[in-house]
Amino acid sequence: MNWPLYVTPAHIVRLYDRFEALDKEKTGHLRPQDFGAINRLAMNPIGDRIIGAFFSPGQETVDFHSFVRILAHFRPADKKHPKDPSMPEPVNSRTSKLKFAFQLYDQDKDGKISRAELLQVLRSMLEMQVTEEQLESIADRTIQEADLDKDDAISFEEFRKSLEKVNIDHKMSIRFLR
Amino acid sequence: MSVRVALHSPTGSRSFLERGLLLLVMLIFLEGTVLTLGAASSPDISAQDNTGGGHDRRDDHRGIAGSHEHTNYTYTKKAFPVLSLDYHHIQVPFEISLWVLLASLMKLGFHLIPRLSSIVPESCLLIVVGLLVGGLIKLAGEEVPPVLDSNLFFLCLLPPIILDAGYFLPIRPFMENIGTILMFAVVGTLWNAFFVGGLLYAVCQIEGTYLSQVELLPCLLFGSIISAVDPVAVLAVFEEIHINELLHILVFGESLLNDAVTVVLYHLFEEYSGAGEVTPTDVILGVICFLIVSLGGIAVGAIYGILAAFTSRFTSHTRVIEPLFVFVYSYMAYLSAEMFHLSGIMALIACGAVMRPYVEANISHKSHTTVKYFLKMWSSVSETLIFIFLGVATVAGPHAWNWTFVSVTVILCLVSRVIGVVGLTFIINKFRIVKLTTKDQFIVAYGGLRGAIAFSLGYLLDKDLFPMRTMFLTAIITEIFFTVFVQGMTIKPLVDLLAVKKKQEAKRSINEEIHTQFLDHLLTGIEDICGHYGHHHWKDKLNRFNKKYIKKCLIAGERYKEPQLIAFYHKMEFKQAIELVESGGGVKLPSAMPSQVSMQNIQPKKLPPAVAERALPQFTKGREEEIRKILRSNLQKTRQRLRSYNRHTLVADPFEDGWNDFLLKKQRMIELEKKMTEMSNYLTVPAAPPDSPTMCRARLASGDDFKAEKAGAKVIPDPNAFYNIKASSDGVPTIQVDLASPQSPDSVNMLNEFSKRGATDQGLGQREGATRDEDQGLMMKLSSAGKEEKEEGGNKNPGLMRCLSDPGPSNEDEEDEPFLP
Repeated sequence: MNWPLYVTPAHIVRLYDRFEALDKEKTGHLRPQDFGAINRLAMNPIGDRIIGAFFSPGQETVDFHSFVRILAHFRPADKKHPKDPSMPEPVNSRTSKLKFAFQLYDQDKDGKISRAELLQVLRSMLEMQVTEEQLESIADRTIQEADLDKDDAISFEEFRKSLEKVNIDHKMSIRFLR
Repeated sequence: MSVRVALHSPTGSRSFLERGLLLLVMLIFLEGTVLTLGAASSPDISAQDNTGGGHDRRDDHRGIAGSHEHTNYTYTKKAFPVLSLDYHHIQVPFEISLWVLLASLMKLGFHLIPRLSSIVPESCLLIVVGLLVGGLIKLAGEEVPPVLDSNLFFLCLLPPIILDAGYFLPIRPFMENIGTILMFAVVGTLWNAFFVGGLLYAVCQIEGTYLSQVELLPCLLFGSIISAVDPVAVLAVFEEIHINELLHILVFGESLLNDAVTVVLYHLFEEYSGAGEVTPTDVILGVICFLIVSLGGIAVGAIYGILAAFTSRFTSHTRVIEPLFVFVYSYMAYLSAEMFHLSGIMALIACGAVMRPYVEANISHKSHTTVKYFLKMWSSVSETLIFIFLGVATVAGPHAWNWTFVSVTVILCLVSRVIGVVGLTFIINKFRIVKLTTKDQFIVAYGGLRGAIAFSLGYLLDKDLFPMRTMFLTAIITEIFFTVFVQGMTIKPLVDLLAVKKKQEAKRSINEEIHTQFLDHLLTGIEDICGHYGHHHWKDKLNRFNKKYIKKCLIAGERYKEPQLIAFYHKMEFKQAIELVESGGGVKLPSAMPSQVSMQNIQPKKLPPAVAERALPQFTKGREEEIRKILRSNLQKTRQRLRSYNRHTLVADPFEDGWNDFLLKKQRMIELEKKMTEMSNYLTVPAAPPDSPTMCRARLASGDDFKAEKAGAKVIPDPNAFYNIKASSDGVPTIQVDLASPQSPDSVNMLNEFSKRGATDQGLGQREGATRDEDQGLMMKLSSAGKEEKEEGGNKNPGLMRCLSDPGPSNEDEEDEPFLP
């Protein structure tokens, strides 16, 4: 709750409008069904994971603050604000973004992407167009490439390392939250 | 001259350097003399024969000979000419070939001299060569041929380069930065044109420069000609400095897209230079014209691209002419656009970019390689020729040197470029997520090279309308020389000095691919949640539309269903296999290894036990593909050895007619097994369907009665391998490949187990298709089982020969890009 979100008032207004639009029953909270009502999200192969990311474990609803907090991950990183080591990691830094993405893979929250979890993601992304062997082959290859400590799973550090060439800031930012 | 050169050469490689330089000089002399000969003979002919053409002359001869026969008995009969020289008959193609040869030999020569090519960019050297050749021709007293004729340039020399650029354009970075690129291309070029043109006019009006007859409009026209960044020059220089992708695509994209602006401005000012003034209506018309030119060009290109993609859908039976469609459709797109005075360059880019994903999915692997190599070859030759011709044209053209004009031009160009880039970046950075730093801006500004397009446009000017044409040309040439020589030579050290981020050489890993796709989906989802129709939303929509409708129409067979990720994965595996084979010449087995060491025993030495548990491989289509690809590439190495085998000694493969295929495959299998041990990463071994060559081989080797059918056939005792088959309980055979003969010390016995062949029909069909393909003619298509059989049936050996000359894909980043962003 104490994280500086670097979200401007204009953003908050926009997001609140959206929050209200999604909250059809005007309860002040969002439930999974509200997210599910977004048509395009239903078509998204990892839509359910994304929805799940909004809800903290055990919680059934999302209030506006959490809503904004999750979405604040996708702000472009501020290069102007100097990194203050005493402050906690800003929520839209590269590491936080990667952590968010990592948690989407790691459903059981054990800090590693196991082979089974990777297979699940691949299966949902490839939408049944490939055979099981192909999926397993790809999963094997993926883990082999990334797995540096040879524990047959991808830890966060390995995940981060495998994406070091990708411009995460660019890839995981939504323009309107500038 | 050669002596002087020898004195300067470094002691280390003295003789080689000497030789290289000697070769160069001799070549220049040779070409120069032949060309002067050519130039000498043509005026003779044209002088003699006013009706023109050697053809007529020959007719004349014949006519005369005929009349000889008829009317004269008094002429002595000439001796029958046993050997005669008729140069003008072949003159034009001969000279063209000579120029091309000169260009190619120059390219060869430069790379023989190692130091030179690292200091001086190739383009500079080529211009110098052109200057030399032009000088030689002039020395010989002949008139230098107008080689950089605008028609030749725009219709023959430029299209290959642009097509090469457009076909291999990295779409994703291009589209991501399209806003920036367009800003630089359109606004930047406009700014440059007006700034340079306007200030030049102001300078011309100053008393004492004797330039007051230069009007405003010609000045603006000159400004528009000189302000366009040239794609040829940019490509030539940037290719060698390897800066990071972002900067490369910015400058390069700008150079491509500013063609529309240049075309419009050029025509606008040219039209109205006669009239002497431009009214506001004209300006509005100009804007509309710009939109039409650019969008029309793109539309024309896209139409031809779709046509090409559609045509390629049906080429599965005539693979040989597949590359032709790519080239012809693209060229026609260019010509059609030029016909309407639309932007030919943009048409070509659009055509290449649109057709590529679909064509690549349809054409065979070899056709793809053909297309790639032809494009690279043509564009390379074109580029070389352009620079040489620039040199020649410099020597040739009438020059009107005016110190003020020329120097002001050069200075103004530089200044306006810098101001333009800085100003535009300031505005652009407000909209960009990844901002452009000062270093980036410097490179973008400094990399704005001018080239032959400017010269050709200047050359096109009408002499009567523009009396100062020669002065313009001189200024243009000076500017080109300045940018190419000064900026081209210094940009590399500057890049190093400023520590600009270089291009990342490593290829995309499958992790990156998967995660970026994942992130794409994630961002699309988040955008949907926010209700924001952003970048990802539209990209996703385009992808869906593409998948649903377009791919079905334009991609042959079942391949349209293949997801991008799978295609990428296969490509990657293939590349890795090729690399492995090409790099690993020998088997790196520890020599102390006893024979019959099983794969499972080897593994724990290299990998932790946890992984060794996975030593029992699983078979996937991907692995199978990979193995086949390794095998295919091995053909290149084993072919020489196999030539000596007598075809009668081969066992017939009942499923194919190629007798020597069998032995080839045996060899491949051996090589494969050797490579497998090197591949410590990979534990999976492919499954082979029962009627694959693997199984055939196995069955045959195990003593099937097929052997007996072919009378007189004898199996060559293969000391290195034999195959056994064990049928497992669920009907899936296992193959035990035993590389050991008892005497060979380094051998590996691998136990491969086939997993359940629970393949879907599609998978099975794909595998079959792939199998057949590999044997038939090494095509990489994964589907349409059996289709390829028919066409390759007749010419097995030529097919093999053709495929063997395929050097295989090189490590290029474009290959790694997914087809659609």
